[in-house]
Amino acid sequence: MNSETLNTLDTYSKNKYKYGFVTEIDNDKPQKGLNEDTIKFISLKKNEPEWMLEWRLKAFSKWKKMKDPKWSNLSFPKIDYQDIYYYSAPKGFDKKPKDLSEVDPKLIETYNKLGIPLEEQKVLAGVAVDVVFDSVSVATTYKGELEKLGIIFCSIGEAIQKHADLIKKYLGSVIPPGDHSFSALNSAVFTDGSFVYIPEGVKCPMELSTYFRINAENTGQFERTLIIADKGSYVSYLEGCTAPKRDDNQLHAANVELIALEDAEIKYSTVQNWYPGDEDGKGGIYNFVTKRGLCAGKNSKISWTQVETGSAITWKYPSCILKGDNSIGEFYSVAITNNFQQADTGTKMTHIGKNTKSKIISKGISLGKSQNTYRGEVSFLRKAEKARNYTQCDSLLVGNQCGAHTVPYIESKNNTAVIEHEASTSKINEDQLYYCRQRGLSHEEAVSLIVNGFCKQVLQELPMEFAVEAQKLVSISLEGSVG
Amino acid sequence: MFLEIKDLSVKIENKNILKSLNLNINKGEVHAIMGPNGSGKSTLANVLAGKEDYEILNGKINFKDNDLFDLNIEERAQEGMFLAFQYPVEIPGVNITPFLHSAINSKRKRMNEDEIDNLSFAKLLKSRASDLGINIDMLKRSVNTGFSGGEKKRYEILQMSILNPDLAILDETDSGLDIDALKIVTDGVNKLKTKNNSFLIITHYQKLLDYIKPDYVHVMVNGSIVKSGGSEIAAEIEKDGFQKFQ
Repeated sequence: MNSETLNTLDTYSKNKYKYGFVTEIDNDKPQKGLNEDTIKFISLKKNEPEWMLEWRLKAFSKWKKMKDPKWSNLSFPKIDYQDIYYYSAPKGFDKKPKDLSEVDPKLIETYNKLGIPLEEQKVLAGVAVDVVFDSVSVATTYKGELEKLGIIFCSIGEAIQKHADLIKKYLGSVIPPGDHSFSALNSAVFTDGSFVYIPEGVKCPMELSTYFRINAENTGQFERTLIIADKGSYVSYLEGCTAPKRDDNQLHAANVELIALEDAEIKYSTVQNWYPGDEDGKGGIYNFVTKRGLCAGKNSKISWTQVETGSAITWKYPSCILKGDNSIGEFYSVAITNNFQQADTGTKMTHIGKNTKSKIISKGISLGKSQNTYRGEVSFLRKAEKARNYTQCDSLLVGNQCGAHTVPYIESKNNTAVIEHEASTSKINEDQLYYCRQRGLSHEEAVSLIVNGFCKQVLQELPMEFAVEAQKLVSISLEGSVG
Repeated sequence: MFLEIKDLSVKIENKNILKSLNLNINKGEVHAIMGPNGSGKSTLANVLAGKEDYEILNGKINFKDNDLFDLNIEERAQEGMFLAFQYPVEIPGVNITPFLHSAINSKRKRMNEDEIDNLSFAKLLKSRASDLGINIDMLKRSVNTGFSGGEKKRYEILQMSILNPDLAILDETDSGLDIDALKIVTDGVNKLKTKNNSFLIITHYQKLLDYIKPDYVHVMVNGSIVKSGGSEIAAEIEKDGFQKFQ
């Protein structure tokens, strides 16, 4: 139990019944299941103000009346929400490996292939590390530099304490808690995530990354991220990590909200490589993510780039609401599914303002017995004069037991809208493989090369340091599926 | 013997293509195979390279003291066999530099040689490209993607010159080339020729052989070699066509 939690508990015992909280809690073993007491417990542990708790409870009462969305092309057993722990810090408390020798050797092999230093491997694998290593001090240095510019970059928990005005104004403003069941669930029980505020006219001088927000923090299960770019500002945000993370949680339901005011730009890049389950489809994360950006002001821009290779189930549609005139929304995606993985991912571009533009580039690669679906919705509202969309969806099949599906919806209420849509599905070409192998590349190298080439349009949108790792990750994701 | 093809019979989809074919090539020799369309020339090239669509009915192929059928496509390539394709395929998004760099290193690895580093490789590629009159801008593009026929063939020769094979098989490399491109390509081949490597040139027309002088010319008809000799045979074919060999 860390000191923050102890402090919180201490406060709790001194302020008994303040929130009408009556359940007896065994500190080491949080209760399973979801009810009002669970939410009160979370809010209390996070030492939240009362308005936050009310917000959570409101979301919870909405959630109780909702059913999980059914539109996706995914099949999985019904989620038993009463069989899940909603607060367990520190994560995997009893089961932490003592050192790397206790970690699955396959995981270590992957880390080595990605060239991840030993100390970082320990953190990723969940080894209890008590040495203070470099990245923490690096993080502190960065924090100081950012503060000078007036940039706020902290955990959402800290922001609730220190920046209540911004939280009250923006939290849930893009993804209302009642949007669908997963957003309601997240709003009720979120425990961590990032908060970013870029002041007017400031161009953030570095890529902000969850990684620098101190590794040890428990992100993951019900993450909540809020990024606000004030007028004329710019920020590039990197989420996640290319290395597979050890995680005991089965269900993930993150919410990410972006707000770009006039002339502001937000670039959000994700590499998602949660545990995908084994070759037989056992285990793996169910990843139900809601990401939505609001181009609130004129000439604002939001760009999503994602490389999705992990999770047993991916349900994710990073979207843009193009409200400001001349605003731009972009979505670049690579989704790779292997073995028994299922992905249903895409985007929603909602054109509201005049001259708004959106661009969608989606690359789906299916291997093994996996199913990979692109689902997208592009809509033009009545006032969206001269708005444009360009969509390109390409699917690549490797082998003959996998599936690729494309489900684009287009809706226009304005006849000046220009919509272009291109889609292709291809199998990995035997002639290309033959050609590469004739030059001396192995079958596996050839497949990796061809797939990386197929994804290039998207990978090149990633920030430099991420792109190299992402390429390696693409190659690793293809392993074992070939030959 | 460097390459020895003995009594080779091959079929594809119930059709016999090669019928008891024999061919021997020594180190340092240039052989040309000429024949009408459908005589099995390209099949021979692909069987040598290891393409998996064919069924070997009979025969043996020995290459540098290996039973060729024990090696898969990439192992044959790493042993020094190179096929310049008649129709080089496009690989979108894949740049030539990392592509060829991986290729050359996989060959070096098999030969127990040290890998070549990025910088030295980039230098090598640039200098070979300029030798072949290939624009540096072309090296920035994806492999064969959007190339003209002539560009593709020049690109094949560039790859050949980088990989420096022991046996180079040129499958109809002259098809689709104008006279200038043909000159550049054949110049490239002639520069590469040493007494330690061999060439097997497959062609339809005699024109190519005005630029590359073969030591032996073989006439292939209906899946077998029906006549072998010197370059005088090419002249015969030029004059009378393949009719009299059929």
